[in-house]
Amino acid sequence: MVDQVEATVARAFREEWGRVVATLIRTTGDWDLAEESTQDAFARALERWPRDGVPANPGAWLTTTARNRAIDRLRRAQTGAEKAREAAMLEPDDELAALDDSGVTDDRLRLIFTCCHPALSVEAQVALTLRTLAGLTTGEIAHAFLVPEATMAQRLVRAKRKIHDAGIPYRVPPAHLLPERTTAVLAVLYLLFNEGYVASSGAELVRTDLATEAIRLARTLTELMPDEPEAAALLALMLIHHARRTGRVDAAGELVPLEEQDRATWDPAMIAEGQEQLDRALRRQRPGPYQVQAAIAACHATAPTAGDTDWHEIALLYAELLRMTGSPVVELNRAVAVAMADGPDAGLVVADGVADQLDGYQYLHSTRADMLRRLGRRDESAAAYTRALELSTVAAERRYLERRLAEVTGQSTAQPL
Amino acid sequence: MRYALLIWDEEKRQNEMTEEEGQAQMSGYMSFGEEMGGRGVLQGGERLHPTPATTTVRVRDGEVLTSDGPFAETKEQMAGFYLVDCKDLDEAIEVASKIPGAAFGSIEVRPIWEM
Repeated sequence: MVDQVEATVARAFREEWGRVVATLIRTTGDWDLAEESTQDAFARALERWPRDGVPANPGAWLTTTARNRAIDRLRRAQTGAEKAREAAMLEPDDELAALDDSGVTDDRLRLIFTCCHPALSVEAQVALTLRTLAGLTTGEIAHAFLVPEATMAQRLVRAKRKIHDAGIPYRVPPAHLLPERTTAVLAVLYLLFNEGYVASSGAELVRTDLATEAIRLARTLTELMPDEPEAAALLALMLIHHARRTGRVDAAGELVPLEEQDRATWDPAMIAEGQEQLDRALRRQRPGPYQVQAAIAACHATAPTAGDTDWHEIALLYAELLRMTGSPVVELNRAVAVAMADGPDAGLVVADGVADQLDGYQYLHSTRADMLRRLGRRDESAAAYTRALELSTVAAERRYLERRLAEVTGQSTAQPL
Repeated sequence: MRYALLIWDEEKRQNEMTEEEGQAQMSGYMSFGEEMGGRGVLQGGERLHPTPATTTVRVRDGEVLTSDGPFAETKEQMAGFYLVDCKDLDEAIEVASKIPGAAFGSIEVRPIWEM
């Protein structure tokens, strides 16, 4: 029974934390007070619910309790400014909600736009989103980003202080700012997902918890912005990538290239959900970069075998993405698709086109190395693998590159000079 | 909220301007002032003489020490400032982005420490 209640509280925590904090920030204007009061409310739930039973609407119970705790805390503080805030909190709630000029009233949406405000550093945006919206503890966020807890605590304090001191508004941006600011929110969620998917350094290749949080946040965003096709597309992209997570790394922790992955390890239900989200996005007929990326991921995920992959389609999608983003990294990806569709020589021509721009980018060199290896140009291939190794910091990627390098040099030394 | 919008620009670029360019810049600032004055956000603002006219003052052990030039040598120098009263940072950013100098140099948006 107690275990059941604890599980209910844990579920309420995941589902309601962001909503309660977001409402409290709006009514109190104080981020720390909002977090502390929400924490109190969950502690009280653990104490009360086993005795009195779980309330019919746990979210409303938690919000009311947190709100009362905030008023208590402010009363105890008893300074002039805090009394004024207390008075403001006792005003009817809908009046405050009506002040918003966007017409959207879910407080979590205000919260996410404020957390992802471009006046904050990207690190601060990510940390704030995880702390206030997802409810991760400072320790958990610090662990996920491999920084000391004190550093992360400092980062959060500074970010909250900046929101207050610089006057970063707590609202959904007005229509003329919305597209640009939505892009910023999506970028933070995608960055969070990628950080979970390919750890940028260190031994672990996939940090599932960060990726899972990113998916949860993206799902929330699609509920909050049901008309935004790029939000649905971002969720689709994450789901399709995440469906392949167990196939990406073998039992020994080695990176497995896409064409060698065991497709039976992929999660078909998650791929199907991703596909569904993508279709939902495409029906809106407002194309965007996440829709193209999700379409590319879907091409890979729905091919029964690696050999069935429609590389012509993927090359076309990358050309479309290039048109939208102008990114040389996208052009490099197109090079890979072209190599698969029309042969490594055709791909190499495309890759060489961005070689100068991407000289400091590991994947340029590993991609060129693979193409050169397929063309039998072993010395050039070995030189490119060596350059990729110089730039790689992830252990599993390094082992993969070393294996390939041994392959091309091993074969070439076997030949008489 | 009140903000100081500090305009940073390369003096070198200012010095190398032709007369027409200088006049175009001036009229850009005039119309910025009219627009923001009309909107009621502008509380003040001045253009500053370049750094060769600058003196830095310190008091150490009760002694006034003066030196020629700005406190720090930087690529861009402060060329002027505005004092504005805006709804929030988003409005301050929008106002700052319309300062002609934003297209060449940079605008630092600093909230005023209200007493």
